[in-house]
Amino acid sequence: MAISRGLARRTVPEAADIISTVEFNHTGELLATGDKGGRVVIFQREPESKNAPHSQGEYDVYSTFQSHEPEFDYLKSLEIEEKINKIKWLPQQNAAHSLLSTNDKTIKLWKITERDKRPEGYNLKDEEGKLKDLSTVTSLQVPVLKPMDLMVEVSPRRVFANGHTYHINSISVNSDCETYMSADDLRINLWHLAITDRSFNIVDIKPANMEDLTEVITASEFHPHHCNLFVYSSSKGSLRLCDMRAAALCDKHSKLFEEPEDPSNRSFFSEIISSVSDVKFSHSGRYMLTRDYLTVKVWDLNMEARPIETYQVHDYLRSKLCSLYENDCIFDKFECAWNGSDSVIMTGAYNNFFRMFDRNTKRDVTLEASRESSKPRAVLKPRRVCVGGKRRRDDISVDSLDFTKKILHTAWHPAENIIAIAATNNLYIFQDKVNSEMH
Amino acid sequence: MMLSKGLKRKREEEEEEEPEKEALAVDTWWLDPRLPAVAQAPPAVPSNSLLDLSVLKLHHSLRQSEPDLRHLVLLVNTLRRIQASMEPEATLPSVPSPPEAPGVAADSLLASSDAALSASMASLLEDLSHIEGLSQAPQPLVDEGPPGRPSGGAPPGLGALDLLGPATGCLLDDELEGLFEDIDTSMYDSELWAPASEGLKPGPEDGPGKEEGLELDEAQLDYLLDVLVGTQALERPPGPGR
Repeated sequence: MAISRGLARRTVPEAADIISTVEFNHTGELLATGDKGGRVVIFQREPESKNAPHSQGEYDVYSTFQSHEPEFDYLKSLEIEEKINKIKWLPQQNAAHSLLSTNDKTIKLWKITERDKRPEGYNLKDEEGKLKDLSTVTSLQVPVLKPMDLMVEVSPRRVFANGHTYHINSISVNSDCETYMSADDLRINLWHLAITDRSFNIVDIKPANMEDLTEVITASEFHPHHCNLFVYSSSKGSLRLCDMRAAALCDKHSKLFEEPEDPSNRSFFSEIISSVSDVKFSHSGRYMLTRDYLTVKVWDLNMEARPIETYQVHDYLRSKLCSLYENDCIFDKFECAWNGSDSVIMTGAYNNFFRMFDRNTKRDVTLEASRESSKPRAVLKPRRVCVGGKRRRDDISVDSLDFTKKILHTAWHPAENIIAIAATNNLYIFQDKVNSEMH
Repeated sequence: MMLSKGLKRKREEEEEEEPEKEALAVDTWWLDPRLPAVAQAPPAVPSNSLLDLSVLKLHHSLRQSEPDLRHLVLLVNTLRRIQASMEPEATLPSVPSPPEAPGVAADSLLASSDAALSASMASLLEDLSHIEGLSQAPQPLVDEGPPGRPSGGAPPGLGALDLLGPATGCLLDDELEGLFEDIDTSMYDSELWAPASEGLKPGPEDGPGKEEGLELDEAQLDYLLDVLVGTQALERPPGPGR
């Protein structure tokens, strides 16, 4: 696959610029990123034009706004981080676009509208809006709409606050387009998009005695087609599929997906590396994709006993778990993504590497997102990590991997082979030009 | 002003563990892949260094102003595994025992770390529960019935008391007492107020119940008013406006 590099932003490494989430909208025309400083930046894909073939379908900045500000919780004497944990787009229902953005505690609904016309020729006001001297008005005119430079306006429409005691890790919009859910470490709430002062608690795994706490919720998502179904993952590596029709409080799962521990790989870190950091339904709704520390797994909704496919992301780290435990890297939470046809899955790794697995051919590739190794419109070169033994020229050895460069957040265009990779404070957009020409 | 921000763990831990690195055998696993790693040959007994490291991490996490719950739970579970394999016969105390004195001899490291660990784990998790109760001032109503029926209209402005919905799943029940411990309520601890164990907010459906509960009758109200008026008369002569 020939891949050419898109644009990157921001070169000065500031903590507030670290990208914390990336999300395409339902058509792929817009791409939203959230960062540690509470900002959201939306990119828009330029329409392909024959006049400028070089800028075919590239993403440019469309709008930037401050979504969340740091807050202070007076009762706990704590600062609430403004970092955007997740962004989810609502399906477009009119000319405006809407998205939900959330930090640890508060979810906000934003409406993005365009203004490209303005009325001119008022009778009572002049061009600057000041009232005219009525004696100068001698005739009546009808105001007309004249084109103006495109202005993108973003306004907060709803603020869903005070729903969570613990840190929100996921939000997911229901296929009914009326409700959405938000999940923190111990609870999941269901909200109506139009109602902000109340939410319904649908999952609560908080034990009566906090001393008995052994498991937390790590991610959750609504089924893409069945509005009554959702899944949530846990720190123990299990997935629970819940049906909201069964009971108001979905503490009893409809299905429990869990793989028994492999006795040959057992270690003190088994539980930590089995903790699921992300779960995504396939576009078809038939499968689920999960990411734990060393693997990505594909689960069939009809089979609870084990995943149907397991792919090793960086198995060479299995013998380094102790060191990764020491430097806390073992707790890193990587995301995963499906391509539009559910045939390829993608996830990030260390050293600014990201991995793609083709489910049909069983081939996989490791690529790097960095300015040094990719120039605009150059083809990305597959990378290889060597674990001892024969080393080829461009191989990287395990010991030279940079564990501070982690690709935690990735997104795949809903239909085309375009991917967005967040590498700390840089955003890379890669497009597969060859394939798009072949279609 | 006391402002404590949740600190990033990684850099701090690296700094903290710098001096520890020489003592920790884990360092050599990183540099020399030929040495057997923990994962490849699960040892019957983990090294003390792994236990030390875990305890250090746990204490560091506990000291955070707002601990990351997932990180904490995973640490605690890992520690329990390590402890279980070190002392398979000993059982972790379910009731937190008071932590031992800080200056503990090295040969009783396991026993003391066990007790201190359990105590700190227990107290931390309890603290979380307590703190959570305090901060739950505005919270969504817990839904127990079919969706669409919130647990009763709450008049605005009641703050923390707003959230006492149905008793099940209500997290403020235990902490209510603690919330008001330091407030002198002697003025109000009388028959004036209906003793309500739950549902302190006066919803519309509480109307008739409230009247039954109130022991204040008209005679007592009159008396009270007389006292108030009488007291004022005793203290100072009526002002010109009266």
